[in-house]
Amino acid sequence: MSERQLTFFVWAALLVFAIFANSIGEAYWVTLATRAAIFALAGVGLNLALGNGGMISFGHAAYFGIGGYVVGILATHAQNYMPIYDGWFIIEGTQLMLITWPLAVIIGGIAALVVGSLCLRTDGAYFIMITLAFGQMFYYFAISWGAYGGEDGMSIYVRGGFPGVNTLAPLPFFLLSFILLTVGLLVVRMLNKSPFGLALNAVRFSPARVETVGISSKQLKLIAFVISGMITALAGALFADLNRYVSPAMFSWTISGEIMIFVILGGVARLIGPVLGAIVFVALEETLGGLSEFWHIYLGLLLLIIVLFAKGGIAGVLIKNKGARNV
Amino acid sequence: MTSLLIEQILNGLQLGVMLFLMAAGLTLVFGVMGLINLAHGSLFMVGAFAAAFVADQTGSYLLALIASACAAALAGVLVELLVIRRLYQRDHLDQVLATFALILIFSEGTRMVFGSFPLYLNIPEMLSGPISLPFGIEYSLFRLVLIAVGLTIALGLYLLITRTRIGIQIQAGESDREMISALGVNISFLYTLVFAVGAGLAGFAGALVGTLQSVEVGMGEPVLITAFVVIVVGGIGSIQGALVGAILIGLVQTLGTYLLPIWSIALFGSQDIGSILSSMIIYILMALVLLVRPKGLMGGAT
Repeated sequence: MSERQLTFFVWAALLVFAIFANSIGEAYWVTLATRAAIFALAGVGLNLALGNGGMISFGHAAYFGIGGYVVGILATHAQNYMPIYDGWFIIEGTQLMLITWPLAVIIGGIAALVVGSLCLRTDGAYFIMITLAFGQMFYYFAISWGAYGGEDGMSIYVRGGFPGVNTLAPLPFFLLSFILLTVGLLVVRMLNKSPFGLALNAVRFSPARVETVGISSKQLKLIAFVISGMITALAGALFADLNRYVSPAMFSWTISGEIMIFVILGGVARLIGPVLGAIVFVALEETLGGLSEFWHIYLGLLLLIIVLFAKGGIAGVLIKNKGARNV
Repeated sequence: MTSLLIEQILNGLQLGVMLFLMAAGLTLVFGVMGLINLAHGSLFMVGAFAAAFVADQTGSYLLALIASACAAALAGVLVELLVIRRLYQRDHLDQVLATFALILIFSEGTRMVFGSFPLYLNIPEMLSGPISLPFGIEYSLFRLVLIAVGLTIALGLYLLITRTRIGIQIQAGESDREMISALGVNISFLYTLVFAVGAGLAGFAGALVGTLQSVEVGMGEPVLITAFVVIVVGGIGSIQGALVGAILIGLVQTLGTYLLPIWSIALFGSQDIGSILSSMIIYILMALVLLVRPKGLMGGAT
């Protein structure tokens, strides 16, 4: 199977599965497919930093959580009719996805810009530790932010609205998430083929050579990191709308690890890798999680085997030609 | 007020030396083997559970402490032989993923054996209760003993590394691996030993911290992440850096949690801003260190 075929096959399979599940009335399966699509989007974001940029971020839960909290905070204010800011002008809460989602992306991007420009002062093992530490900072921040639920988080009573779409029904919400996932994939594909993406990939192999032709490798990496954070923040916003609940758990380091698992399980630096990984993850969570309360132990073993013996992930096994790009 | 402040400073020192026990192992393993080990927090947890189990079976706190270090060191050796050994030549991504997988296996394994409810370790009779210090300060004897034990271990570790044959080999391993194996030092034995020492220290710290708080699955990772902050602030690969970083982070964390809400009430009339800031203060400190000295306070030119 070529990479193109696999990409199309996985993309179409997710769509067909959800539509089929909906037609036989299995709403829960549609929700699972939505969950997979949202996780996949978070993974697509991380993959841009990790796979293409070679930046091992173990703190992407920060952007996932920020996306969720933007939706949660706006919804809380919309629910109790208290404006967020009431001074020279008034900012009201809202549940319009056309406002909440772009805002989540922007604020996620700002956070990624701040964290990224600090983390990129170092590299290697330092980078991993620092992203992990800043991720934990956001976690503690959310816990201590009493005004927005502290440890308990916030409930969103009704899922946000989208003009012309009944977001409360499972399939329309899946389709919205799926379209955003597709847009995310297209953006990353376009970036990969652009001069920016080519230079970014070159930085991974030889930063010195990139610098000698007059391109700032640090700047390239920072831009990639910010876009990566924005995509993951969008996934977080969708996740908040899916669950109608946000809590500090969205910021927890285990979420960072799980987003990384999506990417690795599927195949690093492959366009479809995170999607494949997220689908397999959700499927495992459902089947193994139903069999045993301790399913994470099997996930751990699987991850260990993949890291030690099958570096390319599932995509690496399925794709015959040796196009795998090492990280 | 002053006595409260001194008490908080002592608490900060106590937190600092416990962080040092964690950070020392991490930084040694990174310095010598170039390995970033996320599962270090799991070894901390293994030590705590071993201590809780032995204390429950025998009633002896001393035996519990010995068990904590031994169990964690044993788990460390096992993990090193089975998994970690294959990772030395790999890149950091593989190391992070494999050791993250180990966290999942350790955490769920422990949950299977001991259940999800926290266990408790009691402070031994001899060390419980307060002790009177000069200036009319009453302070927990147990915490004071922790500070003393931690500083003694720090000194012991320093002497081990600078004054003994094995320590010299460890230092040599940090600067040139090929050379010292060419000189006839059994490098894989040395690696296993360093890993076991780091694991033992983490397990020991787990038992001590578990006595102050509780022993539960997932207790190791927050400490691990704070130990990373310590390493980034102190400078990676250096034991002195780990000690300086650990004490600094311990003090800043404890004093920040104590003082910032008080200042916040005085300035803004509510403690919210102070509480939020105090939860972030060590990361802000880390950010400042990164701006000024990206290689850490004690980090060399390496």
